[in-house]
Amino acid sequence: MKEVKQLSVSGIRNGTVIDHIPAKNLFKVISILGLEKFDNRITFGTNLESKKLGRKAIIKVAGKTFAEDDVNRIALVAPEAKLNIIKDYQVVEKYNVVVPKKIIGIARCVNPKCITNHEQITTRFTVIPGNEIALKCQYCEKITDQEHLNIR
Amino acid sequence: MKSRSLVSINDYSKEEILKILSIAADFEAKPEPDLLNGKVISTLFYEPSTRTRLSFESAVSRLGGQIVGFTDSSSTSVTKGESLKDTIMTVSNYSDLIVMRHPLEGSAMYASEVSGVPVVNAGDGANQHPTQTLLDLYSILKTQGTLENLNIFLVGDLKYGRTVHSLLMAMTHFNTTFNFISPQELQMPEEYKLYLDELGLKYYEHTDFTEIISRADIIYMTRVQRERFSDPMEYEKVKNIYVLRYAMLENTKPNLKILHPLPRVNEIHQDVDKSEKAYYFTQALNGVYTRQAIIASILGLK
Repeated sequence: MKEVKQLSVSGIRNGTVIDHIPAKNLFKVISILGLEKFDNRITFGTNLESKKLGRKAIIKVAGKTFAEDDVNRIALVAPEAKLNIIKDYQVVEKYNVVVPKKIIGIARCVNPKCITNHEQITTRFTVIPGNEIALKCQYCEKITDQEHLNIR
Repeated sequence: MKSRSLVSINDYSKEEILKILSIAADFEAKPEPDLLNGKVISTLFYEPSTRTRLSFESAVSRLGGQIVGFTDSSSTSVTKGESLKDTIMTVSNYSDLIVMRHPLEGSAMYASEVSGVPVVNAGDGANQHPTQTLLDLYSILKTQGTLENLNIFLVGDLKYGRTVHSLLMAMTHFNTTFNFISPQELQMPEEYKLYLDELGLKYYEHTDFTEIISRADIIYMTRVQRERFSDPMEYEKVKNIYVLRYAMLENTKPNLKILHPLPRVNEIHQDVDKSEKAYYFTQALNGVYTRQAIIASILGLK
């Protein structure tokens, strides 16, 4: 029988679709982008089948496009995420998120003795190039790896 | 360097390091008891450190400056829950420069960001202690006549020892050959070795130094601590390998000097003290000149 391709989350007329989010990190992505504060119509689906990720999530934000710098911050938890810009139900632009060189204020430093875990400080990290995401704290100089990555 | 905080040894270029060392030599040759007249230096010691604190306070006093500060945070508003930011912003109104030791890593950088006056890091947890590194460099320069092309032996705990890491980073400016002598469990971390590879500098790793000690220009000793070992048997096996004794100095170079950041426990046997190659107490004295140079340079007086 031929597989019928159908949308699990209904389409949007104009806006942005963020696809290929690992299902377990959906809410982290929502929080990093601050979607809970948006008034726009937002639909999402999670635990969808994905050949690449096993279980993926997808977010559709109507009437909104993101600045690339903003959206790249989700690369910390969804490095394979793909963005589709939709106009009149058509995909007019596609791009993948890129891991930024610096991460300001999203992640928490893994070092319990780091000053950023004791005072109200916006964290600053340099991203260390490599396959796995690793962040070097600009304050204590310790490295936070993917496994210990904690989003504030 | 004027008005700039000193948080990490990496804040100073090779030229700036040499400049500080040259000012330190001037202070050693010619004391200037009035240079800091009218200047107030804060010394904020959030954790006890007799040696570093006294060295800083001596440095300021011998230049005629005044000191305000505390030696133990338990007698301050910190116990009332004041944030580091508030303490620093307040104290920077009272002084021309802040010297701070704090148990949390990254605290010095943060203090330098919120302070209205320059901050000198006197140790932020296990992270950085740049004035120690500069006094180590001054000691090496003074005893060897140069910092270039030396063979430096770093001995003991090379994994956790922040002084050896900072010294290594600073010495990479001077075409140094490094010999790392440590137990397997406490070897120099990979990132430093990769950095030396990148720069094309030579280094050798050993677990014992009795065979090769004759090549050393400088032996920098650190303590191997029992707590660092997951297996106490391992500690028992290695603890005596990293103790320097007088008899071991027999065939060493005439210019060899032995350094140690102090306090020493047993890693340098007391019989070494009688050797003219033992330099660790003079090294501590050099700390006063070096800290004078750092303070005078940041205040724009040199």
